[in-house]
Amino acid sequence: MHWLIIFFLFLVGCSGNTDQKSKVDLYSEQGILLLGNGTEPSGIDPHIVTGVPEHKILLALLEGLVIFNPENNGVVPGVASKWMISEDGVTYTFIFNPEAKWTNGESVKPEHFVYSWERILSPELGAQYADMLYVIKNAESFHKGQIKDFSKVGVSVFENKLVVTLENPTPYFLNILTHYSTWPVHPETVEKFGGMTSRNNKWTRVNNFIGNGPFKLDSWEINKSLKVSRNDLYWGNDLNKINGIEFIPIDNELTQDRLFRSGGIHLANTVPTEKIIRYREERPKELVEHNYFGTYYYRINTNKFPLNDVNFRKALSLSIDRDLIVKSILKGNQKVSYSFTPPDENSYNPNTKLEFNPVKAKLLFKESGYDINNQPLEVLYNTSEGHQKIAQAIQEMWKKHLGLNVILTNVDWKVYLARETQGEFDISRAGWIGDYPDPFTFLDMMVTDRGNNKTGWSNAKYDEILNNAASKISAKKRYELYEEAEKILIDELPVIPLYTYTRTYLLSERVKNWQNNILDTNPYQFLSLE
Amino acid sequence: MIQLILKRLFTYIPVLLVVVIITFLMIHAAPGGPFDAERVASPEIIEKLNEAYNLDKPIHVQIYNYLFNAIQGDFGPSFKYPGRTVTELIMSGLPTTIELAIYSILFAIFLGVISGLVASLNPGKTLDIVPMSISLLGICIPSIILGPALVLIFGIWYEVLPVYGWGDNPGDKILPTITLGTAYAAIFARLTRGGMLEILGQDYIRTARAKGLSEIRIVIVHALRGGIIPVISFLGPAIAGLLAGSFVVETIFQINGVGRFYVQAAFNRDYTMILGTSILFTFMTLTFVLISDIVASFLNPTLRDSGGLE
Repeated sequence: MHWLIIFFLFLVGCSGNTDQKSKVDLYSEQGILLLGNGTEPSGIDPHIVTGVPEHKILLALLEGLVIFNPENNGVVPGVASKWMISEDGVTYTFIFNPEAKWTNGESVKPEHFVYSWERILSPELGAQYADMLYVIKNAESFHKGQIKDFSKVGVSVFENKLVVTLENPTPYFLNILTHYSTWPVHPETVEKFGGMTSRNNKWTRVNNFIGNGPFKLDSWEINKSLKVSRNDLYWGNDLNKINGIEFIPIDNELTQDRLFRSGGIHLANTVPTEKIIRYREERPKELVEHNYFGTYYYRINTNKFPLNDVNFRKALSLSIDRDLIVKSILKGNQKVSYSFTPPDENSYNPNTKLEFNPVKAKLLFKESGYDINNQPLEVLYNTSEGHQKIAQAIQEMWKKHLGLNVILTNVDWKVYLARETQGEFDISRAGWIGDYPDPFTFLDMMVTDRGNNKTGWSNAKYDEILNNAASKISAKKRYELYEEAEKILIDELPVIPLYTYTRTYLLSERVKNWQNNILDTNPYQFLSLE
Repeated sequence: MIQLILKRLFTYIPVLLVVVIITFLMIHAAPGGPFDAERVASPEIIEKLNEAYNLDKPIHVQIYNYLFNAIQGDFGPSFKYPGRTVTELIMSGLPTTIELAIYSILFAIFLGVISGLVASLNPGKTLDIVPMSISLLGICIPSIILGPALVLIFGIWYEVLPVYGWGDNPGDKILPTITLGTAYAAIFARLTRGGMLEILGQDYIRTARAKGLSEIRIVIVHALRGGIIPVISFLGPAIAGLLAGSFVVETIFQINGVGRFYVQAAFNRDYTMILGTSILFTFMTLTFVLISDIVASFLNPTLRDSGGLE
């Protein structure tokens, strides 16, 4: 037994320092943020990566023409100190901030953006977010290889300014520019370590990385941590009160929760559902809950019988008690969905309804003429306890109100994605988070043959309305058209929206100036630590 | 002896070849591919990606290319982590995995041999029944249950030990070591007990007792050498099992070892990473079994003479 104790002491000795002060206390004094960041980032190349953990890191390392304003979901000047928009809303001219520098001391120039956008739009790079730039004239044609000459794409340099010509007036273009896929890379560095279109480019290595963000890359230990520190050359350092950030990849939410409670991180980016109520009661100041620009929904394969019948789809939707799902299963203050696009009281607030009406559901179900003795339909979802609970509840509701039998199938993430893309499903659970704060990021998805439509649903009028909306400069007119499109969607139900996502996470009270916004984005230079 | 070792080393080639081919076929047969994502990429992009990673070629050409490069030490780029090679990623996690395995095996040997020794000296008594019953429990509880249970008790209820990382906080190596080592400690305890009971009944032990040697000397100097042979023989498969099994513990405790890549690669359909880690674990299993056979044959000449190494 004594030997065992000695062995444990040996292990303790091997396990690092024995300081008793919590890490959060210690690091707060030094102005260093400790962030639980979900899974290990797949990379930090803004033109290749696609995930949220990667976005959180890039927010520190790179900066676009404009910066997301966390207070109002708008934008504030970034690399561009000013911009002019032509009267027809199609041409944007950006004037660069002469103080905007790369970490090697060079100025950020308009040419760097031209290079960067050519890079992401080059088909050889295989960038999955290239379509974010499709609003630029000829960008889509270039990306699809229909034109080879990049000078035909609507981006050029004129008198040290960046001139961008769009396909249509796109009032949310500035919002798109807050997305990392539009951020610049340092051309010489990219060329030096692999070339413009190489996916195996080594420019993102710690010793090679040149960025232009408020922080510079210090170290990156895979599956352990990625550390950044204040970039002394950053133009906006007067505001920046953070000296460094450590991004810690923790994909297990229970481990992350435990680490937060033991003072190991300032932010735990998720909270285990079963602990939300306890946090609300015991540590309400650390629990953050706010609306998120995302919808949880059921996707319907409208190519299949009986799901091709709109009455059948309506019956499915009418027999779902969304309130019950939100209150009894989710418990995270989520809002019931009445539209596909999450509503915003201050701007887009579609007047659509998704009611719970079992009587009407039964009538429509009968009208559809579906025989409940047919082979049961399948609800497909990727393995997750949360998805399972919702699927079970809906299975029960359909059985109770319609007498309909459905089977639940859970598969691993990649199988789920493959089956959805190939149309090998009846009904599948789905979620969508908007990339920029405009309803178009949702509604465009359901246009005929869009890759993310996946339902087989097509409506010429819907497509036409969205096409018309793209050319409207006035937000009011655009929103009116969006609402019209939304009504078609909710009337036809190729997707059955269930609830609007809520972001629920834990944030140390030491972090100040944090803004709760629908994109869950807080540029770090606006924060401070106490 | 050298000849026998060389002969065994030659068997590595067909074994590794079979592992690569079977793994290759299995991962390509699995539904879902490395580029399936929630945000669907256009067919043009998928085509370019397949081209970039040589997935547009027929499967036999892909296997041939892979083997040709692997022989030269190039295990290809990771699909999930663009810009990084499989070799580089494995090397970033391997030291931690090896360290975890070493601590766990030390813990297992220590606890297992002592418990087995105590049990063998007290056959049928409480000191035999209790450790042996506990060891049976240790064998039965998988690390996927034991890990979270230890986290719950020591990390959450009593808050005495960290539940995350490796070498970052004081004491964070304890729970992973116990979780990974316990099952092997239990096996070692039973092997030691069995081996010792057999040796303690031998004539030469009786002679030693008749000569009036102290019990401690008899056990430590004379009996243990023979009694521990089953443990030594099992050491190779045990270390290999620890290394390959570390992925569960690494996942539970968020340790940045190579085992986590193994799991993540499978979920991500990171083909080259799955192949790289499979080759690594096969190679290590073969090597540790070989080493333990060599050690056992040194301790027990009868094994050497009877060609036990083969």
